[in-house]
Amino acid sequence: MLSFLIISIGVFLVFLCQTCILPGVMPLSVLPNLFIILTASNGFMREENSGLAVGFCCGLLYDIFFGEVIGFHALLYMYIGFLNGKFSRVFYPEDIKLPLALITVSDLTYSLICYVFQFLLWGRLDFSYYFLHVILPEMVVTLTATLVFYPLILLINEWLRKRERKKEQRFV
Amino acid sequence: MSPIVRRKGEKFTIPSKVLLLILTIFCSAMMLLTFVTDLFEKPFNSIIGYVVIPFEKGIGSAGAWIHSRSEELGQIHKLIAENQALKEQVAKLTEENTLLQQDKYELNKLRQLYELDEQYEEYHKVGARILSRDSGNWYSAFLIDKGADDGLEKNMNVIAGGGLVGRISSVGPNWARVTAIISDNANVSAMTLATEDNLMVSGSLKAMNEGTILFSQLVDSKGVVKPGDKVVTSDISDKFLPGILVGYILSIEQDNNNLTKSGTLIPAVDFEHLSEVLVITDRKQTIEENP
Repeated sequence: MLSFLIISIGVFLVFLCQTCILPGVMPLSVLPNLFIILTASNGFMREENSGLAVGFCCGLLYDIFFGEVIGFHALLYMYIGFLNGKFSRVFYPEDIKLPLALITVSDLTYSLICYVFQFLLWGRLDFSYYFLHVILPEMVVTLTATLVFYPLILLINEWLRKRERKKEQRFV
Repeated sequence: MSPIVRRKGEKFTIPSKVLLLILTIFCSAMMLLTFVTDLFEKPFNSIIGYVVIPFEKGIGSAGAWIHSRSEELGQIHKLIAENQALKEQVAKLTEENTLLQQDKYELNKLRQLYELDEQYEEYHKVGARILSRDSGNWYSAFLIDKGADDGLEKNMNVIAGGGLVGRISSVGPNWARVTAIISDNANVSAMTLATEDNLMVSGSLKAMNEGTILFSQLVDSKGVVKPGDKVVTSDISDKFLPGILVGYILSIEQDNNNLTKSGTLIPAVDFEHLSEVLVITDRKQTIEENP
């Protein structure tokens, strides 16, 4: 219950941070994708169910405020969370290489799918331009943001894990 | 490796694949439904609006406060020098103003004679503050702090600094989403002010990075439209009110079909530094109904 509450607050804060605080603080034309960081890290830290639920909530929030149709981003983030959950078996908290790689690949996939469905299908064929000016910068900025936010997420997750383990011992 | 086996103390959990399937069906259904109708927009918009918007408003005002304080500190020196220059300018402008006042009286008289409407001033406007921006990097949209409770509706026009910003594309009880005209999914039917030639202004991500908007389908057989000409929203647009300034023509090129022309516009609004906008609460339809 506690972890559910904390993760929901996390999603909420990330949404506020992404839409409200970041555009004001960072004078960049390309913003990092914090939803991807949260969704992916929930996936490989807390397995498929948590990953896909967090992804679904992030995507739905985004869809309601900024989406053309409700459900597109929810679906996309959900699958990203789910697929990241598959890697929870090879995830070790000490190793930062796997999370970085997973988050980068997730962001790349997300951007590519967004491009295909929102631009390519509308006749914007100049892939190299969009790759160099939107997808690649977003990937780099997200990777940088991961280095800042990931330790924080890891810390919270470790704390939750510890509590859960204690609870289990109490039951047994 | 299903999560059911892993922990004994935990309650029943749904296998992730089942959950994925259910939510996939839900999402697909929602996509189809929201694409065809906007039936579900209202409940979603209201529920989320009441939860998230108050926080956004808080952050917005806190951010504005911090921003203005830091600006104040940094700009004191600049302001002193600027003050001097401005005082000189005031003297010059007062003189100019008296001349213009006389012109205005004349203009008003002429207007009465011709029974022209002062179009811009006729529109009813509501001021709104920008809360947050589209977090994705693909489209250009933002949320404002007024919504259906303040009488806003979908497709109302939004202006700032005398130029067209965009139109409202989604409304919640206390918020509304504005899709900017520079966004890749926005099109505006417009015309050149001088010659009244119709053209299509369409936002583009590529052009946005260069600070311009694209236009196309300009029929200008006499070749009188030139760079620098004003472009305003056209009378035939079904969503935009006529006569709102969109921007100025930057470049024109002949299309391959030799019939139409296309090129780029410089928008009249500085989209990078928007913080307040005006929403025109008149809508095209109501104007048509009561001429």
